[in-house]
Amino acid sequence: MQLDLVWKAALALTGLGMLFGALLAVAFRFFRVEVDPRVEELLEALPGSNCGACGLPGCEAAAEALAAGEAPPDVCKAGGPDTTAAVARILGVEVEAGARRVAHIRCRGGEALSPSLAFYQGVDSCRGAELAAGGGKACPYGCLGLKDCADACPVSAISFGEEGVREVAIDKCTGCGICADVCPRGLIEMVPIDQKVLVRCNSRYTGKKAVSLCKVACTGCRRCEKVCPRDAVHVRDGVAYIDFEKCDDCGECAAACPTNSIQVWTPLPGHPGLGEFTVPPKEHRE
Amino acid sequence: MHELWRFFLLFLGASLVYNILLIRFIALCPFFGISNRMETSIGMSISVIFVMVMATSVSWLVWNYALEPLGVGEFLYIPSFILVIASLVQFVEMVIKKTSPPLYKAMGIYLPLITTNCAVLAAATESVKPGFFTKLNIAYSYGFLEAVVYTLGVAVGFSAVLIIFAAMRERIELAPVPKFFRGVPIAFMAAALFSLAFMGFAGMFRL
Repeated sequence: MQLDLVWKAALALTGLGMLFGALLAVAFRFFRVEVDPRVEELLEALPGSNCGACGLPGCEAAAEALAAGEAPPDVCKAGGPDTTAAVARILGVEVEAGARRVAHIRCRGGEALSPSLAFYQGVDSCRGAELAAGGGKACPYGCLGLKDCADACPVSAISFGEEGVREVAIDKCTGCGICADVCPRGLIEMVPIDQKVLVRCNSRYTGKKAVSLCKVACTGCRRCEKVCPRDAVHVRDGVAYIDFEKCDDCGECAAACPTNSIQVWTPLPGHPGLGEFTVPPKEHRE
Repeated sequence: MHELWRFFLLFLGASLVYNILLIRFIALCPFFGISNRMETSIGMSISVIFVMVMATSVSWLVWNYALEPLGVGEFLYIPSFILVIASLVQFVEMVIKKTSPPLYKAMGIYLPLITTNCAVLAAATESVKPGFFTKLNIAYSYGFLEAVVYTLGVAVGFSAVLIIFAAMRERIELAPVPKFFRGVPIAFMAAALFSLAFMGFAGMFRL
């Protein structure tokens, strides 16, 4: 009786297993989809975090686009040069290694430097504040300091220090550009990692108006343009922009800037990846 | 007419009165794991409805034409049903991938998740052993059509709650929730209140 049950159980499970196995084998024969074998390989090479920084819905879509030649080999910014190299090897193409880019926030006006006109109370996000009459900040171009970029950063490279002064840890930053997308004021630009001289203001107001809203605003005075030996700085729409191709980090513009809105990034000893912005001494100008 | 009315009651009972998520607390992992975005909830819901109905139909056939005649159903139903569900999901995934790439893109990633979804196994089990998880001890077994209608009810109940809850969580995301309740804790609280509300259906009619 008991033995009988054992045989029946074995028969039932084996039978079912074989039936379904055969069904799947037949189905595989008829329903197999020919996939480009490179897609699998590319999927292995990509980070697989589906961050979406490439603008495609996930790594699988990116792998398909790469295999189809619809995306450039360096489409995955988050993976960095290693991923690009792996992708290029699979696709059999050459990629020139571009400089790694990191996020730079074009505002240094914390609480003390740039006053608030009103107290914003509401959804705890920059995008919410921007919708509600631009939050409380007087400067309509400056950082709202509600940390949307830090929240969006997949690798936690952006941190907020005292008085709302932001730090980007360049060793962590993968250059994916997600923060640049979420910032409602478009303050974040992606700069080459070896770029030291950076503009730290986004104010399009000029002259007195700019300074009245923030003590360290770029006034659009064009002094940086005049002192630059390599024609790398230009004032557009009342704010200075540096052409990273031409700039050689000499720091003349930073020394000349009357409001110190152009500064030189120097690594902070003891804090890998972090740095502080300094202004070259004035005698540097002579 | 009487038959149709019975099916209607069976459907309502399975979807609302004995809701699989809020009353029976089965399949809570996908409930909390996937309900933070509306888009994924809808994708998951459609896949669950589809797979659950198919899995139950096959499980019912396996139970009534293979396991019961051999007298081994009582202790073999779990491995057999898991076998059924796993192969079925694999099969469905293959067919969809071949016949409809857009549909595969929409629900493809949820299909492997469903293989291990306990709600599917629960529905399959209950369709052959009515009242098994609710401990109702019903000496009655469903016919094929009844089993399918019952499973459809379970799946629709699952989907409705998942989608309503996703909508709620998207609102909670923007609400000023105290810091230590943010994320999953507040979701658990919302689910508990939600469950209380669903208990209001109890006693409307019996399964």
